[in-house]
Amino acid sequence: MLDGPLIPRNRAIHPDPYDPGYKTSVPRSPNLPLLSLDSTPSEETGPTFGHSRLGALDNNLILNWTRGAAPAVGERILMHGRVLDEHGRPVPNTLVEIWQANAGGRYRHKKDGYLAPLDPNFGGAGRTLTDEYGRYQFLTIRPGAYPWPNRANDWRPMHIHISVFGHSFGQRLITQMYFEGDPLIPLCPIAATIKNRAQLDRLVAPLDMAASKPLDYLAYKFDIVLRGRRQSMFENKPEGM
Amino acid sequence: MVQKLDMLQETPSQTAGPYVHIGMMPTYAGNAGTFDDEIGTSPISDGAQGDVIEITGSVYDGTGWAMRDALIESWQPDAQGKFAGQDGADPNVSGFCRFAADAESGEFCLRTVKPGAVATAGGTLQAPHIALWIVARGINIGLQTRIYFEDEDNSNDPVLARIEQRPRVDTLIAKKTGPGQYRFDIRLQGAGETVFLDM
Repeated sequence: MLDGPLIPRNRAIHPDPYDPGYKTSVPRSPNLPLLSLDSTPSEETGPTFGHSRLGALDNNLILNWTRGAAPAVGERILMHGRVLDEHGRPVPNTLVEIWQANAGGRYRHKKDGYLAPLDPNFGGAGRTLTDEYGRYQFLTIRPGAYPWPNRANDWRPMHIHISVFGHSFGQRLITQMYFEGDPLIPLCPIAATIKNRAQLDRLVAPLDMAASKPLDYLAYKFDIVLRGRRQSMFENKPEGM
Repeated sequence: MVQKLDMLQETPSQTAGPYVHIGMMPTYAGNAGTFDDEIGTSPISDGAQGDVIEITGSVYDGTGWAMRDALIESWQPDAQGKFAGQDGADPNVSGFCRFAADAESGEFCLRTVKPGAVATAGGTLQAPHIALWIVARGINIGLQTRIYFEDEDNSNDPVLARIEQRPRVDTLIAKKTGPGQYRFDIRLQGAGETVFLDM
């Protein structure tokens, strides 16, 4: 049974918490080492969310802000993929949330004052539950690139933020999906917080013509892997954590 | 050549960024109505058993500035130490909450019930605690920590016992400031740096 402690995080694949190229991380990264321990029930259990809490348009960002009255401006895309664990098993019935800028690169957030206008028909947030095979999908528009205050002329590549729960609070993950072929990816200090280029490539979604719909939308595929759990047969020793 | 390990690697993390609230706390971002039923607005509902408490604090960066944009998630059991979904769990305790630093003051407040103690799989009883996960612009991978309580017996907790520098234990213990009121500050860096967990 794979219901033992969570597999320890391999921090080497993740960004360094402290990265001077991403200036805000300098005062916001712990100086001292993390305390590494086996997980306990607080990390192995987690919240669940039922279908009854979701609205019919929650995973349709083209229509959800206006509740179906008018579509958002932009290039129509399907973002889809699977949520798996490190054993390759699907993670069913788990909440996936996304948020993004509009087609001009502007977020609907009180703190975003970029020149590009808000789209009255676009909110920029969506959510859905994975199905029994761990699959999810969102209909949205391709977000625009935008400048941000870091070094004198830094730009974010087109990206969609993704939050995933899994079935354990210790599996919690937030990441970003980039788009195949975007020349801004190798210039971005936030993307560059991931030092291993092969790991960064795992955040770049390929164009998926097989999933696109003729005369309607293009598709991009983005699979997400969460931490898995160890087998438990030899885990429950009295001296163990 | 050896056999292949048939395992996948976890997806790398990226910062939640400054606009995390539009996706996870849309009402806070000024976008009320994005979803009919926003999740994580409270970890308890009317009728929850146990002591209702409020935990107030701030998340400070390495310069001592109270961050205005931190977003925190909490996860805890009910007053009897049962997590939502387990047999006999209090139906009025979801145990999950999302809360954010106030955009003006940088202060957060978590209103919940005081959690019960939970044993590890090995049978060691942990002191009552609430698990936290902190994300924000500039935090490249979410930070795990825990809130313990100064009016509980924390002496045999197996996680606190693993903190080598004993004065640092205090960084995980909420201070009682009044009836049902606690203070819990989080320091990301520097003097009094909070113990962050890798569990």
